Amino acid sequence: MTFIPARRLWSGALALSLALASPTFAFDGRSVQDATGRSVALPADPQAVFAAGPPAAVLLYTLKPDSMVGWVTPLRPSSAPYVREGVRDLPALGRLTGQGDTLNLEVLLSSGAEMIVDYGTVNDTYVDLANRVQDQAGLPYVLIDGRFPNLAPALRQMAEVLNVPARGEELASYAEARLAELDQLLDTVPEVERPKVYLARGPEGLETPARGSINAEIIERVGGTNVAAVETRGLATVSPEQVQAWAPDVIITIDRGFAAGVYDMPEWQGIPAVQNRRVYLAPSDPFGFIDSPPSINRLAGLIWLQHKFYPQRVQGDLAADIAGFYGLFYGVTPDAATVSALLGE
Amino acid sequence: MPRPSRPCWVSERGLLALLVAGLIAALLAGAAIGPYPLALGRILALLAGDPSVAQEVTVLFNIRLPRVLAAALVGAALAAAGAAYQSAFRNPLVSPDILGVSAGTGFGAVLGILLGMPVVVIQLMGFGMGLATVALVLLLTLALRGGGQVLVMVLCGIAIGALAGAGISLVKLLADPDNQLPAITFWLMGSLAGAKRGDVLATLPVMLVGLAPLIALRWRIGLLSMGDETARTLGVEAGRLRLLVIACATLVTAAAVALAGVIGWIGLMVPHMTRMLTGPRFDRLLPATLLIGAGFMVLVDTAARSIALMEVPLGILTAVTGAPVFVWLLARGARPWAE
Repeated sequence: MTFIPARRLWSGALALSLALASPTFAFDGRSVQDATGRSVALPADPQAVFAAGPPAAVLLYTLKPDSMVGWVTPLRPSSAPYVREGVRDLPALGRLTGQGDTLNLEVLLSSGAEMIVDYGTVNDTYVDLANRVQDQAGLPYVLIDGRFPNLAPALRQMAEVLNVPARGEELASYAEARLAELDQLLDTVPEVERPKVYLARGPEGLETPARGSINAEIIERVGGTNVAAVETRGLATVSPEQVQAWAPDVIITIDRGFAAGVYDMPEWQGIPAVQNRRVYLAPSDPFGFIDSPPSINRLAGLIWLQHKFYPQRVQGDLAADIAGFYGLFYGVTPDAATVSALLGE
Repeated sequence: MPRPSRPCWVSERGLLALLVAGLIAALLAGAAIGPYPLALGRILALLAGDPSVAQEVTVLFNIRLPRVLAAALVGAALAAAGAAYQSAFRNPLVSPDILGVSAGTGFGAVLGILLGMPVVVIQLMGFGMGLATVALVLLLTLALRGGGQVLVMVLCGIAIGALAGAGISLVKLLADPDNQLPAITFWLMGSLAGAKRGDVLATLPVMLVGLAPLIALRWRIGLLSMGDETARTLGVEAGRLRLLVIACATLVTAAAVALAGVIGWIGLMVPHMTRMLTGPRFDRLLPATLLIGAGFMVLVDTAARSIALMEVPLGILTAVTGAPVFVWLLARGARPWAE
């Protein structure tokens, strides 16, 4: 067991108490009070930034791609066409967030990074992690709240940290416009038309992000009900019998094999989503539509799910909207054929 | 020298009848309990061939019954393999994974998940890698001229098992953290959530091939626990018989792990609990262990899918139920493995 020095415990406790007292973001030009409540001194215009985890990497890529020193996990070859040239070839340096870092701090320092940004869950573990890395590496470490409701604010906050406020405003207002459109749509959808949704993961489709988990929050945001109201707020395994009992109207999956096989699997027969052929494979390039990672890439999923949940009521052209999102956020506008391949349509 | 006597058929038959009745009760409970609402009357009607509600037919015949049968098969296999290994190695602390079969099977399966293989291929890769692991251990033992030496074999098993464990860690490191890594983690904790009718039909013949020699030769296998010399004077070639036991036990364990993931404790604990009832003699122990293992696993799996909406991994339940019982048995001062 690692012994934690008392000083670190104190700084953790201090950070925690600050976080509890004032968890709001504040920026005054030189230093920032981040989601952990810590005040962090920043470089005026950071040119080399490391993202601590996959969600932060997506956020950083959309806001200031030229400042990235590397990816967290290697980009899939299938993702490369959707990512700006020059950035797509950056090395994968490893991850800093969560248990078991795969990043060596010496690699981080030799990459020339001036600061670290993180985007995701704010809890004691991550607050402490931010402090520890900042102490050890001597680099400012900013953590921004990654929950879905904070999506547009997070774009502005991160843009300020990165000194690209105009870009942040552009993306944040796009996000707000999309969310407003969604709310208008939801106003027209009566309760009975809102689907019960099961999120299937893993080769058998039996792993599911529970209601309340960060991996599933987009479902509720688009007006669906995640049927997996289970005892965890993480990922659960369930039996096909349980899915039968839940009888979801729509199944969303990120597993290609499951999506291809589900209509022929005897255990899945009779479930409304299977009967009505409403099992949809969420696109995953360059980043996922549902989570993978749970970052602003979920805006694409927000657009896509409206078309899958409410095909009769939704306005707008799915392919054009997705192409527009890719162009604005990822800097690469796919042509019509690429979009339809991406969407599997 | 304690010469083995003919088993006392009357009491043994009575015990076996009791255990068969217990297993049937467990199977019925498993068939009756589950998250999908199916009243007992409906189950009986469905079993009698009422096809009126298609979804109920799906739930009972495609999901629940295959799973109950899979649990019985897995429990019987792991318990029998454990008992066989314990006799063959003359060591009560031995469990079926002593020669690395669980780690090897796990490695094969998680590799299949990493490579994005279909589920059947994942299971086959697990099964094949489990057998290959033990074959490698046996070859190494021979190469080291450890021939009949149990110690060399077990040490080789530990070494190869550690390699397989390292392989699993490497696969986890390389896996896509969003989809594959959770799948690997859940797989390694053991679950029958995905057990299908086809899985049961594919596993059953393998189990029979592995269990039949153990059952047929149970009296001779029992002699192994008296020491190789004694066995030899009774006309049993200990080295060869031990290899046969290892082969059979490995076969059924690999099949069980490929089907259900890594489930600890059953192979160690159920034989010990059974010895409380039957005494240490293998020919009496084996049939009872089979039945108790099957029944116990069915009950554990029924709990795994009904105490919560989400599945509770079997590895957790077997340890939580098994460890206290085990310690209680030890506290009672019972030493059932001693003659």
